[in-house]
Amino acid sequence: MGAADSVELTPCSLYQKAIYCSVVSAVYKTDMKVHKYLITLLLAGSLLSGVVNAEDALPDDYCRWEVTDYTIKEPLCGLAGDVQRGREIATDGSRGNCLACHQLPVPGVEAYGTIGPPLENIAARLSVAMIRLRVVDTRSINPLSIMPGFYRDPRLINRPATAFRGRTFLTAQQVEDVIAYLGTLK
Amino acid sequence: MKYINKLMLLLCSALLAVSATMTLAGEVKSGYEFIKPATREMQDDDFENPGLLTVEQGQQLFNSTQQGADKSCASCHGEDGENLKPKVLARYPVYSKDVASIVTLQQRISRCRDDNTGSKTLPTDHPDLVALETFVRNRAIGEPVNVQTDGPMADLLAAGEELYRTRFGLIDMACYQCHDIYPGQMIRGQKISQGQANGFPAYRLDTGEITTLNQRIQQCLNLMRAEPFDADSEEIRLMGLYIMSRSNGLGIETPAIRY
Repeated sequence: MGAADSVELTPCSLYQKAIYCSVVSAVYKTDMKVHKYLITLLLAGSLLSGVVNAEDALPDDYCRWEVTDYTIKEPLCGLAGDVQRGREIATDGSRGNCLACHQLPVPGVEAYGTIGPPLENIAARLSVAMIRLRVVDTRSINPLSIMPGFYRDPRLINRPATAFRGRTFLTAQQVEDVIAYLGTLK
Repeated sequence: MKYINKLMLLLCSALLAVSATMTLAGEVKSGYEFIKPATREMQDDDFENPGLLTVEQGQQLFNSTQQGADKSCASCHGEDGENLKPKVLARYPVYSKDVASIVTLQQRISRCRDDNTGSKTLPTDHPDLVALETFVRNRAIGEPVNVQTDGPMADLLAAGEELYRTRFGLIDMACYQCHDIYPGQMIRGQKISQGQANGFPAYRLDTGEITTLNQRIQQCLNLMRAEPFDADSEEIRLMGLYIMSRSNGLGIETPAIRY
């Protein structure tokens, strides 16, 4: 399995542990292969974060957003979110589908994901502006996150299916609805 | 001092990158370990496993002669494919000097059939070829996957791995993120596997169909709302090769049952 063969990492099951383990392994077991990998990754990371496909124009209804202090302070397109609608979108498998990866305090739902953190008290931990950044494009603060950006610049999407070209995962209104709902989870 | 701070920051982010991208050094585990016990029982029971119907169908094709020809696959390889060598089957996809690229098991079967039984060339993943591949692969059940990784394969595998690590589609995820970082975690109600290929062609409970590795990759790309690669594209062949090489050492389970 590529570079993993050359480095024997201490077994890690959690992402947090992985960081610690990688430090340990890097200190004790660094070899040339890892160096090569590391450099490639850094380069790829810095390149990927800014690649925009110039052929595709930004859709007319796409509202630009700005990151300040690890937050997006202004609601997308200046829209107000609706808590009830947001709850429906968050739990709907064909729309937000938050439950695919996160646990939500929704009665009657037993099947949920354990990839992302549980969102039960998310609003007690993060401000609405911080939540907005994480829903809109979490990769702007964590480039390696597996979480899709629900309002990421569509030009950054690699090889979208024809039906989804130039589209965002959710609409600006849907994103604001979800944020309004998450803001109630204190 | 400022430089040291910057250097530390760079080092930390690099380590973070490595920790997240590398497989967490766990052992290679078949998808069998990630399916529910009831599904395992279904796979192990020849009367319950729907994939065995495809094996039978493949055997019929293996034994049938085309119009105007007098040879079938079985004429050389035996009625039950008993002359096929499991160790050789476990090597596929193999590198071929003739085409300076890889040849998949399905391609090998297709070419052998065209050259010797007078059949018309069928497109990749045609149901007849899928059935033949399933039957032939099943002849090597239990044999550890043993894809060549050195020599001319090294570059092809590196290219395949790059695709494995590339994000695709509106959902914007790469294979490695689920299958290297999160195996064992739940995605909605399902356990994420390592995405091993030793059970393919496999019977998918989600679609109710026998599915080749190529088709599975295409279905995954569809799920990511990405434009899937064509069945004959270089990309899907390289991804399939890399994914099969990750399964080196795992016993062949074709036809496995997967979700």
